[in-house]
Amino acid sequence: MATDKFQQIRFISPVGSVGGGISSPALDEALAQAPHFIACDAGTTDAGPFSLGMGISAFPREAVKRDLSLMLRAGRTANIPVIIGSAGTAGGDVHVDWVLEIAREIVAEYHLTLRTAVIYAEQDKAYLKRLLQQNRILPLDPAPPISEGIIDSSSRIVGMMGVEPLQQAVADGANFVLAGRCSDSALFAAIPLMQGFPPGLAWHAGKVSECGTLVCETLGKGVIFTTIGQDEITIRPYGAGLRCTPQSVAAHSLYENANPYLHRECSGTFDLTKSTFEAIDDVRVRIRGSEFISEPYTVKLEGAALAGYQSIIVGGIRDPHIIRQLDNWLAEVRSYIDESVSHVLGDAADKGSYSLTFHTYGINAVMGSLEPDPKHLPHEVGIVLEASAPTQEMAHQVAQLSRQPLLHYPIKEWGGSTTAFACLHNPAVIDRGPIYRFNLNHVAVPNTPLEMFRTHFIDLGGSEK
Amino acid sequence: MGLADIATLIRSKNAGPFILTFDILFADLASYRRVKDSGALNPAAFAKLYRCPVEKVRFFECENALALKFSIPRPLTQGELGDGDMHGGQQFIPLMNVEIP
Repeated sequence: MATDKFQQIRFISPVGSVGGGISSPALDEALAQAPHFIACDAGTTDAGPFSLGMGISAFPREAVKRDLSLMLRAGRTANIPVIIGSAGTAGGDVHVDWVLEIAREIVAEYHLTLRTAVIYAEQDKAYLKRLLQQNRILPLDPAPPISEGIIDSSSRIVGMMGVEPLQQAVADGANFVLAGRCSDSALFAAIPLMQGFPPGLAWHAGKVSECGTLVCETLGKGVIFTTIGQDEITIRPYGAGLRCTPQSVAAHSLYENANPYLHRECSGTFDLTKSTFEAIDDVRVRIRGSEFISEPYTVKLEGAALAGYQSIIVGGIRDPHIIRQLDNWLAEVRSYIDESVSHVLGDAADKGSYSLTFHTYGINAVMGSLEPDPKHLPHEVGIVLEASAPTQEMAHQVAQLSRQPLLHYPIKEWGGSTTAFACLHNPAVIDRGPIYRFNLNHVAVPNTPLEMFRTHFIDLGGSEK
Repeated sequence: MGLADIATLIRSKNAGPFILTFDILFADLASYRRVKDSGALNPAAFAKLYRCPVEKVRFFECENALALKFSIPRPLTQGELGDGDMHGGQQFIPLMNVEIP
């Protein structure tokens, strides 16, 4: 790969997440600036534990296909590699295979040929249990407890890869790298680090670029084009009305990060304490001074476990008599439901095996225990009742048994039978299916940067044998 | 004056499934310094507002971003039963009315 005699390396971050909607004109504009690669992240934990646990994408298939198609065609037109990480939202093997299948369709439709490296990030449970026995799994803060049983009970565990598996794939000739769970910044830092650019700049360039135009003053349709030199990064957007400003680029390091200055990666921490941000013109920003500190190699683990099945009822209450005593009323409704459940389901449903959660919109559903003003009473309260249980059948029955008490549990202010709860739906009970929980916030200490990840080469398209 | 009257943006968000982070951004250096130098935003005040042990509060002054920032452990892990804000985006409200002398 020619990089102007290693004086600078240029790349495109076309969108914050594959499926987010790439601006095709902006991508074309950026492609004309001779980039050396395109990289894009396709995943996040922000969607919640369901994607990882269930093995499905949080983005619609057609949206992923459209963006992936634009990137793969751009990569072939410019003859540069395309690197995708955290495939299919959670980056498990099933997620990677889902995106690979989409890539196969694109390759067939556009007659592309792609030397593809598929890098799997899902973790073998026996391997993780060996690491645990050797004290090579360490908690982050805060971390839930870990044990062999917790590893076994996980639906799926992925390791977040660093640059090394990506670099190996590029060095072996891949022009499409499709990776499972991966550090977002690593997707952009891999090639610059291979070419010997300063690690502080390579990592920081990845960090500020990985969310697409979120680094701009205002979010809009466009792509990010980043240049790394020997002592500076230049970042700019392509897209109508978009600007990077020193504040917008500096502030991007805050977003979704607990610490805005220190960013832990597998191989160490990049440190933005001494970074400077300077406007070159109305749209471009120059970054200098970012540093990298090498540390013992660790791989972050993400796990999800089945938490049960859920059924819900959605509705509301308008009666001011009930709203005035809502906490007590709901506590009484809950006791009544518990009694009905134990009466109807008997031993199958001791109180520990199912749970009822009332979300009271208008009171504290959004902030829960953090609500500063839970005593302020609205004229109307929205209620979502969640019934969670080990089976869908049981969750459904518990929710069904909740409906009558919600409807008719009496209050002394009215002299006869009333209907207190306005159900939104018929049937009132909605089955939500399986629910998952995040069960790990730990790092693994592997023996080598590559041992947790498996790379397969596939020639897609014309060269496929 | 309330913080929301001075800041251009007050926001909260998950920083991973286990941590909530809060960003307070300003339009200019004068507003940033006014709030920073007032001392009204500090780990102890934040801990009280968010009912969390003060030693769990991380506080950052980011002058180049014209921002102040807090991070705390999530009261409930993202997606845990009872969690009502999957992305943590609506947890900043108590900061809005912090009085800046």
